[in-house]
Amino acid sequence: MSSLPSVLWDLQVEIKSYADEFGLDTFPVLFEPVDYRHMCEIAAYDGFPTRYPHWRFGMEYDHMLKSHTYGLSKIYELVINTNPCYAYLLEGNSLVDQKLVMSHVYGHCDFFKNNYFFSHTDRRMIDGMANNASRVRRYMDRHGVSTVESFIDVCLSLDNLIDPWLPFRDKKARRPPSGANDSASYASYGQPGEPEDPTESGRLHNVRGYLEGYINPPEFIAAQRAKKKQQDEIAKRKLPPAPDRDVLGFLMQHAPLDGWEADIVGILREESYYFLPQRQTKIMNEGWATYWHSKIMTTRALCDDEIIDYADAASGVTAMGPGQLNPYKLGVELYRHIEDRWNRGRFGKEWDNCTSLQERTHWDLKLGLGKEKLFEVRRMHNDVTFLDEFFTEDFCRDQKFFTFKENRRTGRLEIEGRSFAKIKAQMLQQLSNFGQPFIYVIDANYLNRGELLLGHRHEGVDLKADYARDTLRSLERVWRRPVSLLTILDDKAKRIRFDGSEISMSDEPHAFRV
Amino acid sequence: MISRIEQDHSRFREIIRGKIRQNLRKYISRGDLIAPKGQGSVTIPMPQINIPRFVFGDNSGQGVGQGEGEAGDPIGGNPKDGQSGSGKSGEGEGAKALEVEVSLEELAEIMGEELGLPNIQRRGTQSLETKKDRYVGLRNTGPESLRSFKATFKRALRRQVAMGTYDPRRPVIVPIREDRRYRSWRTDPRPQSNAVIIYMMDVSGSMGDEQKEMVRIESFWIDTWLRSQYKGLESRYIIHDATARVVEREVFFRTRESGGTMISSAYKVCSELIDAEFNPEQWNIYAFHFSDGDNWSVDDTATCIGLLKNQLLPRLNQFGYGQVESPYGSGQFIKDLRAAFNKHPLLVTSEIKTKEDIMDSIREFLKGGR
Repeated sequence: MSSLPSVLWDLQVEIKSYADEFGLDTFPVLFEPVDYRHMCEIAAYDGFPTRYPHWRFGMEYDHMLKSHTYGLSKIYELVINTNPCYAYLLEGNSLVDQKLVMSHVYGHCDFFKNNYFFSHTDRRMIDGMANNASRVRRYMDRHGVSTVESFIDVCLSLDNLIDPWLPFRDKKARRPPSGANDSASYASYGQPGEPEDPTESGRLHNVRGYLEGYINPPEFIAAQRAKKKQQDEIAKRKLPPAPDRDVLGFLMQHAPLDGWEADIVGILREESYYFLPQRQTKIMNEGWATYWHSKIMTTRALCDDEIIDYADAASGVTAMGPGQLNPYKLGVELYRHIEDRWNRGRFGKEWDNCTSLQERTHWDLKLGLGKEKLFEVRRMHNDVTFLDEFFTEDFCRDQKFFTFKENRRTGRLEIEGRSFAKIKAQMLQQLSNFGQPFIYVIDANYLNRGELLLGHRHEGVDLKADYARDTLRSLERVWRRPVSLLTILDDKAKRIRFDGSEISMSDEPHAFRV
Repeated sequence: MISRIEQDHSRFREIIRGKIRQNLRKYISRGDLIAPKGQGSVTIPMPQINIPRFVFGDNSGQGVGQGEGEAGDPIGGNPKDGQSGSGKSGEGEGAKALEVEVSLEELAEIMGEELGLPNIQRRGTQSLETKKDRYVGLRNTGPESLRSFKATFKRALRRQVAMGTYDPRRPVIVPIREDRRYRSWRTDPRPQSNAVIIYMMDVSGSMGDEQKEMVRIESFWIDTWLRSQYKGLESRYIIHDATARVVEREVFFRTRESGGTMISSAYKVCSELIDAEFNPEQWNIYAFHFSDGDNWSVDDTATCIGLLKNQLLPRLNQFGYGQVESPYGSGQFIKDLRAAFNKHPLLVTSEIKTKEDIMDSIREFLKGGR
């Protein structure tokens, strides 16, 4: 069934045996050699040749094909998170490149299969994408290509407004689906309910039992309960009951959309959630694959005459440009650092409390726990927790990290300093919420006028103002009523509003907080 | 069967064409947006095609990097295009300001559609083709008259060094038969230009840089359109203040003179140019004159009108007069022209007050289809 030439097939068998030997646990991998045009095509579709038609993919294709033709970039390999796992090899690459790519792919595949954040993804997404595409085509036939396409444009501009934790919420606490569209899958995710202890409600905290009658007289409790009930009533009527980060899901359920429109919102939301873990684990995923291609190649698969070519390719992958973080490099170095630490027992209270440089330099408990720890890390972490937990001061110093800043006077980027706390804070900030701003739906009936109110939880960096205004236009198109966003611009709390014809901005007394 | 990506790609091109059409006025009025790219195509920046999202704005240039260096050392590169390079697991989200490449033909086509320009009715000989020989390289055989001394010498030197017969103390090079190289040629068919545009511009003191910029932009678009209509197109440039001369294109847009304005001088030179080089029987001749409309004297204006009537208009496909507004010019000339040639079909006048007017002016000039 495989179209793989026998040379590559033999290679795959060989690499697979090394992967097994090292304990990588992967889906079956189907390699397919493709020419560069085809590669660009698949890459433009994010790895899924069956995706719905949209001009954006054509644009990506145009871009990739050009940068390939001009020799600016080259896509070596492409692998998607499915079972079986499809991986594309670039035809005409040298055999040593193909070996490297295969080892890399097995690394990715192991990560897809075992990392917790991928656990909720649909492993048969290639079919899912095809189904979505055929529905989109059907809508296009019925309502016209431009109508559907421009609606997809609108939704695309909202597709980062999702809640990364939604797929992991406690199943029992999920809200029952209310009025959900048949084709919509909103019901499969939900909001947690607040557990409530009826005997405690309305009471003031009281440590002395004999004062109970004085502090919490029955009429007081009754009044309190009535008040609470009233508040609950209001909250119940309020939509959403609590600020909701799954803006797309909210719109799908509550916006006045036609059936096909709601379905398109749902399709984009589904794909957005599907790709989410890849954005959450970029550093870990690439680092893991790089770690394994390096391990497999240097300890097993390389022949003597291939060393130079391999070194050339591998150094290209982990090359570090000035002023940018290469996820491949950062990831692989961090894994190696962890492996080394756990091999030598450089962790735990004693290690942390040890202040003698001499002792620390020669610290080696010969525990050999490195490999075990690595597999544990790849199972449990995402980029944020990975860096938070393992990006240590030693690592930061060894790897020569620095923060840089634009010099206002010269307009150049300059090294600001090497303060560990600052470097780490900056990195974590860049990674939190997969690099996207925190946007919540606050009120669907704002000012009792059916307007939609969103809030941006400001964490130090302003939104890009012109994009924000255009995104509000998209939101208005979906909500069909005026839409407002609370945010902070230049340290002032602002509300940006779009009423269907013009954008207005007003000052707000308070910034939005959750 | 057309593959899916090709459908999406052509859809993308369609959208780009639509965008260019929509924003044609902006592109036309801001000439700097369009950058020539090699032969026959231009790149056009297209920021609007990005899909807007709630994203973080400018991070005031902060970030984390890795490598050697002291605090205060500059680092190269732009942090914003950092991540987009890898594109491995399909999440490339670099902030690329999209630049699309459009061929001049396509651009002219879009412009024609948008401005509603009719195709031009040619006159004279239909595009003649001529053949032209060009020396393009070397070959091993040929007539002695075409022997390339330099290449022959090099071959001989190389051979002698390789054979070990070269003596640096007595550097005698003796080429043998195999060393000889001859220039070789290729015959290219060339469309014979059968259309010429003669641009005339007033470069007297009252024409500022902004006015010239408008002329430059306008001439680019007129060129683009006429080029799409004729296979070969030549351009000639005449500048004038009180006297006129034929100049190169670069000089045309850069020269700034002071002094008075005698428009008739330019018309005279133009007429002489046509006499000397362009037989109206065979050529489609277009003349465009740009000025701020401030002529030296009433007498000279009368001379101009005489020249136009008797010398120029009978031989031209069209004469276009574009008057840009400058703080110094009186703008009288256009009124005189209009009075003298009331709705003459071959004489088109247009006033260009600001860059916004360029598009209308182009339409005015080209809508006649001549």
